[in-house]
Amino acid sequence: MNLTFIDWLIIFVYFGFVLGVGFVLKRYTKTSKDFFQAGRSMPAWICGLAFISANLGAQEIIGMAASGAKYGIATSHFYWIGAIPAMVFVGLFMMPFYYGSRARSVPEYLRLRFDEKTRGFNAISFALMTVFSSGISMYAMAKLIQILHIFDAPFRSMGLGPDYVFHVCIVISALIVLGYVFLGGLTSAIYNEVLQFFLIVAGFVPLIFLGLKHAGGWNGIRQTLSPALTHSWQGMGSPSTNLMGIEAFGLVMGLGFVLSFGYWCTDFLVVQRAMAANSMSAARRTPLIAAMPKMLFPILVVLPGLIAMAVPARDAAGSRHTGLIPYKIVEATGEIKHDQNGKPEFDYDLTVPALLLNYFPTGILGLGLTALIASFMSGMAGNVTAFNTVWTYDIYQAYIRKDASDAHYLWMGRMATIFGIAASVFAAYVATQFNNIMDILQLVFAFVNAPLFATFLLGMFWKRATGHGAFMGLVSGTLAASLHHGLTLPIGSGVGVKGGWLGALHTYPSEMAQNFWTAIYAWTTCFVVTILVSALTKPRPDRELTGLVYSLTDRPKDETLAWYLRPATLACFVLGATLLLNIIFY
Amino acid sequence: MGLDIRLPIGLMFAIFGVLLAGYGLFSDKSVYERSLGININLIWGTILIGFSVILLWLGSRKGHRD
Repeated sequence: MNLTFIDWLIIFVYFGFVLGVGFVLKRYTKTSKDFFQAGRSMPAWICGLAFISANLGAQEIIGMAASGAKYGIATSHFYWIGAIPAMVFVGLFMMPFYYGSRARSVPEYLRLRFDEKTRGFNAISFALMTVFSSGISMYAMAKLIQILHIFDAPFRSMGLGPDYVFHVCIVISALIVLGYVFLGGLTSAIYNEVLQFFLIVAGFVPLIFLGLKHAGGWNGIRQTLSPALTHSWQGMGSPSTNLMGIEAFGLVMGLGFVLSFGYWCTDFLVVQRAMAANSMSAARRTPLIAAMPKMLFPILVVLPGLIAMAVPARDAAGSRHTGLIPYKIVEATGEIKHDQNGKPEFDYDLTVPALLLNYFPTGILGLGLTALIASFMSGMAGNVTAFNTVWTYDIYQAYIRKDASDAHYLWMGRMATIFGIAASVFAAYVATQFNNIMDILQLVFAFVNAPLFATFLLGMFWKRATGHGAFMGLVSGTLAASLHHGLTLPIGSGVGVKGGWLGALHTYPSEMAQNFWTAIYAWTTCFVVTILVSALTKPRPDRELTGLVYSLTDRPKDETLAWYLRPATLACFVLGATLLLNIIFY
Repeated sequence: MGLDIRLPIGLMFAIFGVLLAGYGLFSDKSVYERSLGININLIWGTILIGFSVILLWLGSRKGHRD
């Protein structure tokens, strides 16, 4: 399969538009507020689409389809009990404090509410995390495009090997994202995220259409695949009766409560989009508007996995079988990789590209590839804008240069953009050398993040919580997460990155179950320790906490808004529709 | 903000739509074997043109900047 002129044209038109948006916006980017906060001037619908687009990176597109193929429709739990309730909560209850306080970032809220050390802990770990996760996703995407071998031809004609596809992929995407974020800051990132959102939908909908048609619709898929793949709740009673190896309690508490609320309610990458809104009510509507397309995303990102499992195909020898997912190849020998039982292993990460190459003729193939590239860029730009803001406001201004001019901080933001992207590229190459180091880093970040939601919950809704309590809670929650990980192992894994490095006391039926329970232990420890230490330390006077804590803040008034613009109405609609989806795909 | 984002997005989809639909009109039938015999370029290109018209219309309404 080779690309033709029209595919290339589509890809380059896209590059032209994202850079063009950056150039046009440069004129409007005059102050640091324009650059880091998009001037706090965005309408809710734009923030809402950027809110989900920044999260819709390559890892989500590749990973959710891979899980869809492995675990089936139960992967939708990441949306229907994971993301959506958390997005409703952040919009209704937490946005008043993020948007209403003077904070310009999530770590800065922690300083206003608690103290400097809590902010420092969060700012530094978050800055490192964004750089590394952007590097990891860069690596994953470039590797994927290299494996596809569709860009090989032009490189071959220049006498360059397939390795160069990887290098050029990383350099070009880094330069384009650098270009538009450098020029227009957060406004440019948000505008392009909206553009990328529509592009991703436009590239994937025809793929779903063709795939579903081939598989005989949803009913065809249900007849072909085992019921375990086409039901989201049936079998969740016990870990042994579902493919994820988790029971309903661990699923709802671990994924639905701790992990999802921890991500959607405290991660500055997404919260920054809502904080760019032009009013309090727009900021509160942002996650609610985002939740509406988000709840339908399983159609776009999970369903491809099921389609790839269900459609009829022919292998190289011409024998018929079902499923399009290619086998894992051992890179050194070029042979198919086998697991411990001698069965060939599937490379689930190739689900989406395999579908693209199978169904898309030249022309629309260019659009599909552009959608893949767009998802990758939106995720990367999300990381970069969150990084440059936290670096400039919460590290540089806080600890390095306190009283510089606004123009200086604007300049520093642009420098941080260059530095952040350079560091991500570096991280991507580290990943090519030491796969394990990246796994370990991701694990450490998971430990740091898991307890965070307990800190915010207590900070926003319990005025007695103190800075010492929050800090001790975070540190002990992180310790609890690493202890739990060190003492448990998922079944069939060796001691090491997967856990058990302190001795395996308990074995989980799956890695996912272990992750969810690590999060539950971390959250609970942070919650309890924060309360205990707070009770023993001196609380701050009420007047200092106005606007930062629920009981000391005026409720936002929604009565003046039209009924369909009120956050509570939108929240009821979103939750009702999500419940319905859970029931339909029970 | 001086730029209504619906305009560049609309313009981009207009270009994509015209490219795909145009290619769909003139391309050989054998190209569409993999898409189950459906001329997906023509169909999806036309739909994208329709979508771009809506965006361009929404973005260019006078005095209605939100």
